[in-house]
Amino acid sequence: MNDGGMLQRRVASIEAVEAGLGAAGYIASRPIATAIYLAQRLEKPVLVEGPAGVGKTELAKAVARWLGLPLVRMQCYEGLDESKALYEWKYGKQLLYTQILKDRLAPVLGEAASLEQAIERLHGVGDVFFSRHFLEPRPLLRALEAPAGAVLLIDEVDKSDQEFEAFLLELLSDYQVTIPEIGTVRAAVPPLVLLTSNAMRDLGDALKRRCLHLHIGFPDPKLEARIVASRVPEAAAGLRRQIVAFVQGLRRLDLRKLPSVSETIDWAQVLVLLHARELGADLVRETLNVLLKFESDIRAADSQIAPLLFRAREEAATAAA
Amino acid sequence: MTAPLAAPVLRDFLRAARSAGLRVSTAEGLDAIRAAEAVGLADRATLRDALSLVLAKTAEEKRRFEECFALFFGREGFREVPAPPRPAAEGAPEPAAPEGPGAAGGIGGGDMGGGATPSPLGRMLLAGDRAGLAAAMEQAAEAIGLSNISVFTQVNMYARRIMERMGLEELEDEIAALRRDPAGAERAARLELARDYLRGEVRELVQRNLLLFARGETERWREEMLRQARLAGLDRRDAERMRVLVRAIARRLATRYARVRRRDRRGQLDARRTLRRNMAWGGVPFRTVWKQRKVEKPRLFVLCDVSGSVAAVAEFLLLFVYSLHEALSGVRAFAFTSGTIEVSEILEREPIEQAIAQIMGRIGFGSSNYGTSLEDFEKGWMQAVDRRTTVIVLGDGRGNRTEPRVDILQRLAGRAKQVIWLNPEHPASWGSGDSDMLRYAPHCRLVAHCATLAQLERVIGDLLRDHAG
Ligand SMILES: Nc1ncnc2c1ncn2[C@@H]1O[C@H](COP(=O)(O)OP(=O)(O)OP(=O)(O)O)[C@@H](O)[C@H]1O
Ligand SMILES: [Mg+2]
Repeated sequence: MNDGGMLQRRVASIEAVEAGLGAAGYIASRPIATAIYLAQRLEKPVLVEGPAGVGKTELAKAVARWLGLPLVRMQCYEGLDESKALYEWKYGKQLLYTQILKDRLAPVLGEAASLEQAIERLHGVGDVFFSRHFLEPRPLLRALEAPAGAVLLIDEVDKSDQEFEAFLLELLSDYQVTIPEIGTVRAAVPPLVLLTSNAMRDLGDALKRRCLHLHIGFPDPKLEARIVASRVPEAAAGLRRQIVAFVQGLRRLDLRKLPSVSETIDWAQVLVLLHARELGADLVRETLNVLLKFESDIRAADSQIAPLLFRAREEAATAAA
Repeated sequence: MTAPLAAPVLRDFLRAARSAGLRVSTAEGLDAIRAAEAVGLADRATLRDALSLVLAKTAEEKRRFEECFALFFGREGFREVPAPPRPAAEGAPEPAAPEGPGAAGGIGGGDMGGGATPSPLGRMLLAGDRAGLAAAMEQAAEAIGLSNISVFTQVNMYARRIMERMGLEELEDEIAALRRDPAGAERAARLELARDYLRGEVRELVQRNLLLFARGETERWREEMLRQARLAGLDRRDAERMRVLVRAIARRLATRYARVRRRDRRGQLDARRTLRRNMAWGGVPFRTVWKQRKVEKPRLFVLCDVSGSVAAVAEFLLLFVYSLHEALSGVRAFAFTSGTIEVSEILEREPIEQAIAQIMGRIGFGSSNYGTSLEDFEKGWMQAVDRRTTVIVLGDGRGNRTEPRVDILQRLAGRAKQVIWLNPEHPASWGSGDSDMLRYAPHCRLVAHCATLAQLERVIGDLLRDHAG
C-alpha cells in the first residue's frame, strides 16, 4: 500500500491527469481524464468502449508511461482460460527436478516400512513441487505481484467468453486470487485496470457494475486537431485543420466503416510524406484508401469529394480565425 | 468536506436516475457518492462526467443519464455555492434568474410602511428576495417529501402542501388584515400578485419533480404488470415491450448461471486420475488432473404447439430460450399443430417476429393433433434425443379428441434426461373436455402452468439452477 501514496500525489486532480497524459503523448478529453482520475481515487477498473481506433489501447499505454509503471497487457481471445491468464505450473521444470532428485527420494522412501508410510512421506515431499519455484505467472498474476503496482490492460475483453468474464469479476472485486496449492495472492498495490471492448458481444451486467464505464467516441474537431498536432507535428497548422475538417465531414456520410482517429493520423502522415501543403481533389482521391477500408465506402466518398473539400476548407478557415 | 452537502442532493438524484430507467445497484449508488466527493459539486460538467462513468453503462443508459442529469440539475434555485450570508435565509442558494414579476428588483420594493407586521414569507415576497424564496421552497418541498410524487393527479395536492409549509396561511391572514385597512390596500394587492407568482413557481417545481421521480414508478409498475400479464393476450405495443423484457431477463439468468458454474469449476487435485494420465512419464505428475464437479450446460429440445392461443406463448418461450443460448449447450426447436417440423434454423437466422411469421406460414393455425405430431417427432428426431437432453413441451394438450399417443411421450421420457411440460391453461381445466394433459403428466418430470413471463422465468431459472449444481 505504501507506494500508493506516491501514485495518489501524481493523480492529484483531473487537471494533473490531463497534463500527465499530455506529456506522455496522449491527448485526453475531459471525460477521459476524469475516468482515469476516478479509477485511481476509487480503485476501480475502467471499462473503455468505443469504435476501433479511437485510442482505447493507447490510453492504457499512455497511463503507464506517465506513471512510470509497468504495463501488463492481456489480449483476450475466445478460449482464453486461467492457465493462460493467471498462472501455469512449469511442468518441464517439475519433471526435471524430480529426475534430478530421484537419488534423494530413494532413501526417503526406501526406509518406509509400508506403502502407506511411503505415500505419507511422498506427500510431504510433493508439496515442494507445487510451490512458487514451479509457478509460471501469467499477466494477471504478474500485475498483482508488481511491487510498485502496474497498469493492467485487459484488451478486447468482449472477445473472451462468458466464463472467463465471470472469473475476471472475482479478480477485479478484491484484487486477489487464490491458488489452491499456495494460497491467496493479494496485490500489494492494486493495479490500475483498464478493460477495452469493441462491443463484439454484450458484456455481463455484473462486470459492468464493477467498472467505471467510459465511452470514447470520435473526438470533436478541436480535440482531433490537437491529437494530430501531437502525433504528426510535421503537418502545418493549415493542413492539419483541413485534414480534420475533411475527416469529420466523411464521418457524416453513411459509410460501412467510418474513419477513426488512427486513420486521421495515418492520413496526415501520408500527406506530410507527399509534401502536401493543402488538400486538393486529386490528392484526396489518390489517398482516400488510407482513410477508408471498403471499396464501397471509397466509391461513395469519391462522389462527395468536391462538396466535402469545399466545406473542409471553409471550416478550416473559420477554425483558424 | 463536500460529503455532507453532497449526500442529500445525490440521494435525490439517484432516485431520479432510477426513475429514468437506469438500474442503479446499491454499490453503484455508493460509488456515485464517492465519485461526487472526489470531484466536488462545483463544476457541473465534471460532476456529470464522473456520475456518468459510475451510473450509465450502455449507450442507451448514457443517453438517459444525460437527459436526467440536465433535468435534475437544471432545477432553478439549486445552487451548491452558498450565497453571501443574508439575514432572510442563511446559507441560501444564490438567486436564480427566473422571468417573472420578481425578476426586476423585487415585487414590492423595500417599503415596510403600513400597520401589520409582515410574516417572513410576506417579507421575502415584498423584498423580492428570490434567493430566500428559492431556499424556502426547496426546504418545504423536502419537508413534505415532494420526491415521493408518483402520478400527475397529485400535482395540486403537493403544490398546496408546499405553499402551506412556506406559510401561506399566515400570508393570507396578513393580506386579509391589510384589506381591512384602507392604507394597506396597495400592499395587499402587491402581496396577492406576489403570492400568485409564487404559486406558479411552486407548481413548476412540482411538475419537474413529477417528471423526475414519477417516470420510473410507472416504468417499474408496467414491467411488473407485464411479467404477470397473460402472454396470450398482449396488444402490439405490449408485445414489443415484452420482447425487450424477455431478452433482458434471459441475459440476467445466463450471466448468473455462468458465474455459478465457474465457482464450482476449480476443484482439488484428483490423485488417481493424475497418476493414470502420467503413466507415460513414470508417474511423475507431468500433467495434473483436477477433480471437477461435472457441470454440463443443459441441452434443450423445445416442442411447441403453435395452434390457437398457444402460439403467442410459443413465441415468448422460443425468444426466451434463444436469448439464453450462451447458458445452454444446444437448442433445437420444433413446431407442431397436426404435424411436426424443425424450426431451429429459422430461429437462428431471423429475428423472432419474422421467424414466428414464417413458422406460422409453414404449418399454420391448423387444429391440433398431438398424436400425429408425436409420431412425426418420433420418426424424424427421436434418435437425436439422449440422456443429456431436456425436452420441453409447450402445449395445452388439447388434441380435439384424436389419439394422444401417450406411448410415444413415454418412450421420449425414457430416452431423455427429463420431459418438462408447460401448459398455458389454468391447472383447473387440465383434463377437462378434450384435454389429455393428465394422461401425459405421469411421464413428465414436471408439468407447470405457464401463462405469464413470471411463470416462464421460474421454470427456466429452476432448470438452469439444477444444472449449475
Ligand atoms: N487521444 C489520443 N492521443 C494520442 N494518440 C491517439 C489518441 N487517440 C488515438 N490515438 C492514436 O490512434 C491510434 C489508434 O489507437 P488505439 O490502437 O489505441 O485504438 P483502439 O481504440 O484501441 O482501437 P481498436 O479498437 O482497434 O483496438 C494509435 O496510434 C494512437 O496513438
Ligand atoms: Mg485496441
